[in-house]
Amino acid sequence: MTIALPARSRRRRRFPLPLVVGGGMLAAQLLLALFPSAFAPYAPDSFDYNALMQPPSAAHLFGTDNFGRDVLSRVIHAYSVDMQIAVFATVLPFFFGTSVGAVIGYAGGMAETIFGRLVDAIITFPFLVLVIAIVAVLGPGLINMYIAVGVVDWVFYARLAVAEVKVQKRLDYAEAGRAMGYSPARIVFRHLMPNIITPLIVYWMTDMALAILLGSSLGYLGLGAQPPIAEWGVQIADAKNFMATAWWMSVFPGIAIVLAGLSFSLTGDGVAETMRTRR
Amino acid sequence: MTGGLSLEVTNLSTTFETPLGAVTAVDGVSFDVRPGEVLGLVGESGSGKSVTLRSLIGLIHPPGKVSGRVIWNGQDLLSLPSGRLARVRGGEIAMIFQEPMTALNPVLTVGLQIEENLRAHTALDRGQRRARAVELFDLVGIPDAKRRLENYPHQFSGGMRQRVMIAIALASNPRLLLADEPTTALDVTIQDQILKLILSLRDELGMGVVLVTHDLGVVAATCDRVAVMYAGRIVETGTVVDIFDGPRHAYTRGLLSSVPRGGAERAPLLAIEGTPPALSALPPGCAFGPRCSFATDACRDARPGLLTIAPDRQVACLHHDAVAANRGQVA
Amino acid sequence: MHLLLYVLRRIIQLIPTLLFIALVVFLLVHLLPGDPASAMLGDRALTADVNRINHDLGLDRPLPVQFLLFLRNLAHGDLGRSIQLHESVLSLIAQRLPVTMLLTAMSALIAVALALPLAFLAALRRDREADILIRGTFQVGLSMPVFYIGLLLLTFFGAYLRWFPVGGYGDTFAGHLYHLFLPALTLALSLSAVLMRNLRQAILQVIGAEYVDFARAKGLPARLVLFRHVLRNALISTVTLFGLQIGTLLGGAVVTETVFAIPGAGRLMIESIYGRDYPVVQGTTLCLAVVVSLTFLLTDLAQVALDPRLSR
Repeated sequence: MTIALPARSRRRRRFPLPLVVGGGMLAAQLLLALFPSAFAPYAPDSFDYNALMQPPSAAHLFGTDNFGRDVLSRVIHAYSVDMQIAVFATVLPFFFGTSVGAVIGYAGGMAETIFGRLVDAIITFPFLVLVIAIVAVLGPGLINMYIAVGVVDWVFYARLAVAEVKVQKRLDYAEAGRAMGYSPARIVFRHLMPNIITPLIVYWMTDMALAILLGSSLGYLGLGAQPPIAEWGVQIADAKNFMATAWWMSVFPGIAIVLAGLSFSLTGDGVAETMRTRR
Repeated sequence: MTGGLSLEVTNLSTTFETPLGAVTAVDGVSFDVRPGEVLGLVGESGSGKSVTLRSLIGLIHPPGKVSGRVIWNGQDLLSLPSGRLARVRGGEIAMIFQEPMTALNPVLTVGLQIEENLRAHTALDRGQRRARAVELFDLVGIPDAKRRLENYPHQFSGGMRQRVMIAIALASNPRLLLADEPTTALDVTIQDQILKLILSLRDELGMGVVLVTHDLGVVAATCDRVAVMYAGRIVETGTVVDIFDGPRHAYTRGLLSSVPRGGAERAPLLAIEGTPPALSALPPGCAFGPRCSFATDACRDARPGLLTIAPDRQVACLHHDAVAANRGQVA
Repeated sequence: MHLLLYVLRRIIQLIPTLLFIALVVFLLVHLLPGDPASAMLGDRALTADVNRINHDLGLDRPLPVQFLLFLRNLAHGDLGRSIQLHESVLSLIAQRLPVTMLLTAMSALIAVALALPLAFLAALRRDREADILIRGTFQVGLSMPVFYIGLLLLTFFGAYLRWFPVGGYGDTFAGHLYHLFLPALTLALSLSAVLMRNLRQAILQVIGAEYVDFARAKGLPARLVLFRHVLRNALISTVTLFGLQIGTLLGGAVVTETVFAIPGAGRLMIESIYGRDYPVVQGTTLCLAVVVSLTFLLTDLAQVALDPRLSR
């Protein structure tokens, strides 16, 4: 026997706290990404051989690196690159995977079985290893990285969409759509899609956080963004021999990565929470 | 077996902190259970019967708070340190749950689930525990005991699973058995077998039983005394004969009139108009007032207390005489 | 008996997966713009050399034939020869893969050792300070790339405190363990965060289960209730997740080995990429994927051992 508890009373905020904090952080970072020159005190690649590896000071808030470049300016300009990675690496997998998954889930049967096998096979590849291998073959660089991620990543969206559509298509409104004689395409994209999209958006948020980790890792390994482009992973790779002597070279890009990742995760959590209350 | 022990419950209350405020699921309940006696705790879902049972032996989860006194063997179970409470639980007071599928651990063999009880409460060695487990399976009527002990819960049928749970609960010869709707999840024929089993064990072991149920047919067949609960309180108590022959609370009356007599099949207790109030939004005065055909303005002023009107007979109704006098009339 | 059949079925299911892995790895090299030989040799290669390599690799034959040849070679344990190191890829991997396996095993152990007690603590102190602190710390940890965690640990415990070596692998087994501790810890942190989160949730779910109440009603000591009844059941979903995380762990190992200069299969792979040594890239990718699929098999079996309902 259960005790009937009253509905949760805490007055619901229209927007949950994680969404406000995460979204706010995200907005600020997007601003930096879109208009880095407006915020950065120096150009990202202006060398100053008279100020090599200077610790943080009034002139250089985050210090300078081994080429005398302003670390703050490079961190800010890196927002353009890393935010671009977050969005570009995931946006095609998001749209493609979601659509394909929705169609497969609606069709069911043979298509779903084959897709299930494909998923089983693909998850046996360590994601990072496969992406590195593809980049290795295509050659280092951001575009090739997007291709490599996209080849694998859509499967995860599709898997999620299949599961969601399988639930939704049994509900009354989908049945009603069929009874009205709507085309399957119309049912899937006009009727089912709005109801399955939220968990996919939540996953997209975490995936963008992962993409930043992946992008900076590849940058660090020399397989992603290529020096002298300002990118956090590249910056940390430049700094790796000066970790102890010039901590500011690596710490600030590191903090930027963590903050970017956190704001995507928080936003995702916030969207998920909004979804739970709406249901 | 030394002389029986009785359980005395005084002013037991269980409150759950919720964001809306405190919800009192059990509100000042008092009763006692004598050795070898079967007490039926009756009421609809949400009336607080199961919570009462769980409160007795400290099975209420953290946001819930229990107050009052539960005297057993000279000690108050509610203020017992957890180590000593653990010795009472399972050893002296055992409990069986409504749904054996969820109450048995799915990943452990039933043999282990009996043995761990024996290990906690007896000094038996491995071999003796094993022998006792076989004995218990024989006692509750599970054939092929030796082999079945190696099985997992999912390998038993519903009725057999309930027997397994009873065997586990009885492993250490408890003096008091708390049974939470032990037959609700079972077919009618198996229900009777399980109830007969509990009664015969009561006779053999001399233990007291608190039987929580919403099924008055079960009460009539098994209980000595009855306590009827409504909205977290006991509204009427008495012997089975007294209650069935002359209910003095309109709620009890409604419950009884919903039971077809003369061996017809049991029907759910839905013959009373309206639904029980939410515990967070009790009406003023008598909680049953809004559903009661005897209610007057006085009923809305204060929640009536439990009056002792005869030995072993209590009722919480301002108009209990009118209810008793009105017995022929349909509520 | 059931169990044996189950194992057999799972092993048979492995075959198409392995074939798929082989196919992907085979096609990998064919993604190369232009022909692989010129890509390997660079722009200034002589046509004769290009043709020779193309012929040696069988690249002048139709694709399906090439794939069958590739499979035949695989069956003989022939993964080709390294262009840079002039050694058979198989023997290179045989030298390097055990290092990676030891690193992953150590980090898995560390991750579990961290996740188990912390998940319990967080679950039992749900929404209180300890829980919030643990979850917050792990959330930050999850947002940190592996290479950065590695560099931080290496700088602090290696270069600054000098408690651990800043790289390398050591010569004795004890030396291996000593050298691998920091990298294993690096890898373990994000895995333990994922495991902790899942296990905490599972514990919270199980702790409300009726069989846990029944176990308490039996008067079992609290410790026994927690370990035998709560943990045992909560672990079932965490074991599945653990299996799925092995791929991520191996991917992280590639990066970690590079950061700590550990001579494992991951670093071999990265070095081969720099040297355009495609047979080695192919071979390491293949082997790492095979390791993952074997781990899936193992975790499936572990699950059957944990949950008797599955073996029917």
